[in-house]
This record gives sequence, C-alpha cells and structure tokens, in this order.
Amino acid sequence: MTTPTRHTITALVENKPGVLARVAMLFGRRGFNIHSLAVGTTQAPDLSRMTIVVEGDDHTLEQVTKQLNKLVDVVKVSDITEVNTVDRELTLIKVNADPSQRSEIMQLTDTFRAKILDVAERSLIIEVTGAQDKIDAMERLLKKYGIIEIMRTGKVVLVRGGGKT
Amino acid sequence: MTGAQALVEAMERQGVEVIFGIPGGVVIPLFDELYKSKKIKVILTRHEQGAAHAADGYARVTGKVGVCIATSGPGATNLVTGICNAWMDSVPIVALTGQVNTTLLGRDSFQEADIFGITMPITKHSYLVKTPEMLTRSVAEAFYIAATGRPGPVLIDLPADICAMEYKFKHPEAIELRGYKPTITGHKQQIKKAAKLLQNAKRPLLYVGGGVISAGAHDEVRQLAESMDIPVTNTLMGKGAFPETHDLSLGMLGMHGTWYANKAVCSADVILAVGVRFDDRVTGRIESFAGNARIIHIDVDPAEIAKNVAVEIPIVGNAKSILTELIEEIKPKKHDEWNMALRTWKVEHPLKFKDSDDSIMPEYVVQQIHEITGGEAIVCTEVGQNQMWAAQYYLNKNPRTWLSSGGLGTMGYGFPAAIGAQVGRPDALVIDIAGDGSIQMNIQELATAVQNKLPVKIVILNNGYLGMVRQWQQMFFGRRYASTELGAGNPDFAKVAQAYGAEGYTVMQKKDVAPTLRKAFENKKTCVIDIHVEREQNVLPMVPKGAALDEMITEWED
Repeated sequence: MTTPTRHTITALVENKPGVLARVAMLFGRRGFNIHSLAVGTTQAPDLSRMTIVVEGDDHTLEQVTKQLNKLVDVVKVSDITEVNTVDRELTLIKVNADPSQRSEIMQLTDTFRAKILDVAERSLIIEVTGAQDKIDAMERLLKKYGIIEIMRTGKVVLVRGGGKT
Repeated sequence: MTGAQALVEAMERQGVEVIFGIPGGVVIPLFDELYKSKKIKVILTRHEQGAAHAADGYARVTGKVGVCIATSGPGATNLVTGICNAWMDSVPIVALTGQVNTTLLGRDSFQEADIFGITMPITKHSYLVKTPEMLTRSVAEAFYIAATGRPGPVLIDLPADICAMEYKFKHPEAIELRGYKPTITGHKQQIKKAAKLLQNAKRPLLYVGGGVISAGAHDEVRQLAESMDIPVTNTLMGKGAFPETHDLSLGMLGMHGTWYANKAVCSADVILAVGVRFDDRVTGRIESFAGNARIIHIDVDPAEIAKNVAVEIPIVGNAKSILTELIEEIKPKKHDEWNMALRTWKVEHPLKFKDSDDSIMPEYVVQQIHEITGGEAIVCTEVGQNQMWAAQYYLNKNPRTWLSSGGLGTMGYGFPAAIGAQVGRPDALVIDIAGDGSIQMNIQELATAVQNKLPVKIVILNNGYLGMVRQWQQMFFGRRYASTELGAGNPDFAKVAQAYGAEGYTVMQKKDVAPTLRKAFENKKTCVIDIHVEREQNVLPMVPKGAALDEMITEWED
C-alpha cells in the first residue's frame, strides 16, 4: 500500500441518465472520498466531462480507473494529476462585514483579484476564482471576519497546449 | 406495432428461444405478446430468483445469452440475487423488468422499485427505457454487451406505457458503442515474452478458470498442456476447462483444493494463469501465494490484471485467440522430473475420506454419481459442503458441464440452474448435487420442473445441518452449533417431491446408494433422491482462513 495522495481524474462520459451515479458509486465502493466533483456538457452535446478530485493510494486508484473504463457509458478516463494543466475553481463566500471592516475586506478582495457580487448592511458575497490553494488562502484570511456560508464548484481542468484532456 | 410487439420481435431477432419468468401487473401486455410468439417459449418459474438462476444455467450450458423477466417492484427485486450471481461468475444474461408508467416514476407508485438503481453495481450495463425509440436499440445493445468481452448480466427496465405506445419497428443496423470496445487480440510482444518464459520454465503450471470456458479455449489449453507437458490445476469455475481425469490434471486448487495442486502452486517457477481472477478462496494468504513463481496472466478484463496479485507478464484479450498464438510460439518439451514429483505427491497425499459401511459418506455418494455417469453428466451444485464434495469427487471431462455459484456462493442456485440447463440441453442427464439446507431455498421450483417435464435429478446429501457453517463451528467456534441444526425441521423430501408430482427416493443405507441413483437417473421424471449421510463429516483438506496454500489441514480430530 502506498500512502494516500490527492488525484485529479477526468472522465469523458455519455450524457445519459445514471452515468453520474455509476461513476460516483465506483469510488464509494472502494472507500474513496470524493473531494470534489464537477460535471458539465462539452463541445459535443451528447458528451459530458467530469473532473473528480479524490484521495487514495495509487494501487487502489489504478483499480478504480480500470473499473471506470469498463463502464459502457464512460468513453475515456485519465488521471491527470501529473499532467501540466490549467485548473480553476469558482467559490462564493458570504462573509460578515461591519461597515468598519468593509474597506479592509474590499482591499483583500482586490489583492486576490476576487469580485464583490453583493453588498448588504452587515455582509458581503465575494466571488473568487483560481486554483484550489488560492481559494483556500482567501478562505483562511476571511475567517477572522466570520464566514457565513461558502459554496465551491469543485475543480475543473483542461490540459495545457494542443493535446486533449 | 406496440412497444411490446417491438420488444418481442427484437428478441426473436437475437435468436432468443426461451425466457424464464413470472408475470405481474405491468408486464401483462408483454406476456401477451410472448404468448403469441412462435419462436420464444416462456417458462414460468415459481420465484423470480429461480428465473434468474435458470437463465444463468441455460447460458452456462449453451454459451448463449439467458433471458429472464419479472414484473416491477417485488418481481424485479427478487431477481437481484440471480443477477448478482451472474455478475460474479461472468455469465451472460439479460434481465427484463417491468416498470410503472414513466408518468408515475419517482412517486413511490404501487409496485415501483428503482431496479435500475438497485442493480447498478451488479450489472455490466443497464437501461431504463424512457422512449419507444430506445427500445429495440437497448435490446440489441444489451445482448451484445452481455455476450462479448467479459460476459455479464444486463438489465432492461421497461415502463408499462413505453410497451403500450405505437412504434414503427426499426432494427438497429450496427452497434456502435464508443465507450465499450473489448480487447480480443493479445499484444504480440507480450505473447512472445510469455512463450519465452514458459519455454525456459523448469516447473511450469497452468492455472485455468471460468474464462477458459466462456472463451471456448479448452482445446487450446489441452494442446498447450500436452505439447509442453505442463500440469494443470483448475479453479471451481474452471472445472471442465481441462479434463480432470487427464494425467496432467491436478484437480482444483484453493481452500478445499487438492493437496498436490496447492503444493504445485507453491513450488512452480512459472505459472500461466488463464481466465482466472486470483480470488481469495484460491490464493489463501495472498502474500504467500505462488512465492517461487513468475506469473503470466491472460484475461479479457484489463481490470483483473494486478487486481489481487502482481504479475510479470499480463496479456489482455480473448483466451482462445491468445493461446492459439502462444502455441505457435512454443516448442514441445518434457518435464519428467517435475511431473514425477507431482505424481508422487498424488500418491502420497490423495484426496481421501474414511469410508464406512455403517453410515453413508457424502464423498462416497459423489463418487458413485461420477462412476455411474462416467463424468458425462451436467452437474449443478448448491453451495456449502455439497458443493465442495461435488467439486472434489465429481471429475469433469467437458466444458459447460459444471454449474456452480462460485463468486457469490448462492445457496439455492443449483436447482433452478439445473432447470435452465435441462431446457438448454434437453437430452443431457442433469444432476443437482444439493444439501438439505440449500435445496430448501428454492424447492418451490419442483413445480416448474414437473410442469415442464424436465427430468432433473436432485441428489440431496442430507446431513441435517447447514453443514459448512457447522464445520467452521466445530473447527473454530468450540463446537457451538449456533443456528445450524436443520434435522429437526426437515421435511420428508421424497414425500415433498411426490406431492409435486415428481419421483421421490429416500436412501438410508450405503448398499442402496448406487442402485437408487441408477434407477433415478434412468427415470424420465423429475427425481429427488434424499440420501441421509453421515451428519458431521467435514470437507478436507482445508486451507484455513488467513493461511497459506501449503498450510493445509488434512485431518481433523476434536
């Protein structure tokens, strides 16, 4: 057994009912915790792409990847953990903001190239986009003001350059 | 035509001859169309589990896709064990389930069960048909997926309104599934490497399983074994892949395998594994499995490679095609020293039991069955001691003549599977070797066998216990027989048989075993032969849980 590491898997799947359940079930069966999962349509209307971030040891992950490939509705699976990719996640953070703290938070938002989407009397909603570590950092810094709610989309990726993901 | 008519037509085009099942509310129109079909016969079972196992048994003996059908809700959920059984043993079946109208889906309607969701982890693929256009395509794809690559069960869930809709029949021209492309031909370089390793081996061993049988690669296995003088051991699923009466056969390996087969695995320097999956019942303690061997693994399923055991040369593809190529690469060879050692082990540590004249030993009964049939019958088993004694003492000569629930270990499998087998091979002698526990899990199928005049023979090794569990309780749980005593509640099985209109025999003495079996095997009716055997006989040898293959228990004294 190797030590658990975080892997990013992408799967090109048929856009058919049940396919998400089939994929998620395979990870669950092997005791994988899905850290994040993002699904969306692709350039082809009958295909969807999933980006799945999981944590697990390499041997088990190889097994899961093979099992995923066996699913009839899964067209292609790749582990792109080691591949040069562009990855992004979008997060909405609702944070406490007293009028006295507002400018401080706005400054922080600027530094992170985040956006303020909603201003209320005692709170702000901030949109931050980026790689996961950037979002984690933003979340840490906002904690002291009191985070009311967070919604993260999960990571989406594409392989850099002309090659296909 | 209606959806139901289209469905029947689509199945006729697949060459379906028989369907096992039970009707119910939402599938009445479908059964009505099946009733009119001149090509498809419907065999009514008495429980849907029986239908699924019968379809499985039919598929195993014929090599065709078996079909079963059930109504929505409880009918469908009753199929689940049978579907899972086919999944674990890689048997091609198509299960059709009725479903409530699409407008009622998801509303907890009467007899609604999400069978599509329930069976997701135990099917190779499944369909919930939501438009009539999907119907015939689903059928064509389902049969294709079930039968190709690594075979397995496919489920089609059919809402009632889809079956009733008017629909212009369209037979799909070709099946194009971009996510499903089974590998058939093996990698050339890998085959060359395997041939070289095998050619230079000093103590080679062939380890063959169910994959050889489903690929129809038994002749190639034999050719390879004989030309290279390689001994062969088979798994439970691989019985019949190589004649167990052959000089080079070591019989079955694993938990209740032969001493010499297990010892051979530990001593071999090269193991060629074909159509096997290194199951825990085969390997024993996995770290100690085949410690001296370099392993070549041929399998159609890439996910089986390196799943349980690391292998040196994996070759993915169809066993028949790969073995044919492999045979071209090798030169005949002799392994006198190695085979001499194995022959010595066979003599020194044979499969054995202490026979008695006062009571009937279950092993003796199986030996008699083998002797009377000459190993030419189709043998089905239930699960437990009966299964292991049958595996040890009934030596299979031919492929597709051994039907046993290997992966799932389903008590109640054998009898309905025997019904399916008899339907698929009407002229064959089909025997279910059963225990008194297992047979009661699907005994209602006596009605099916009698109604359809199927001369299946059920031999009950009646010891009044859930015997395999009792054996473990005796050996590892201080003889505390928790919930394993059956004797006090057992019926008179011969009378049960007679009540159904079958023939029933009771055997209490050793001298009556062979004559009664002979009489029953010649009888044209469904027969139950209830043989009261020694109550506390144990299956030996045994590799205890967590032990290595060469740490077998060969004798047991309390």
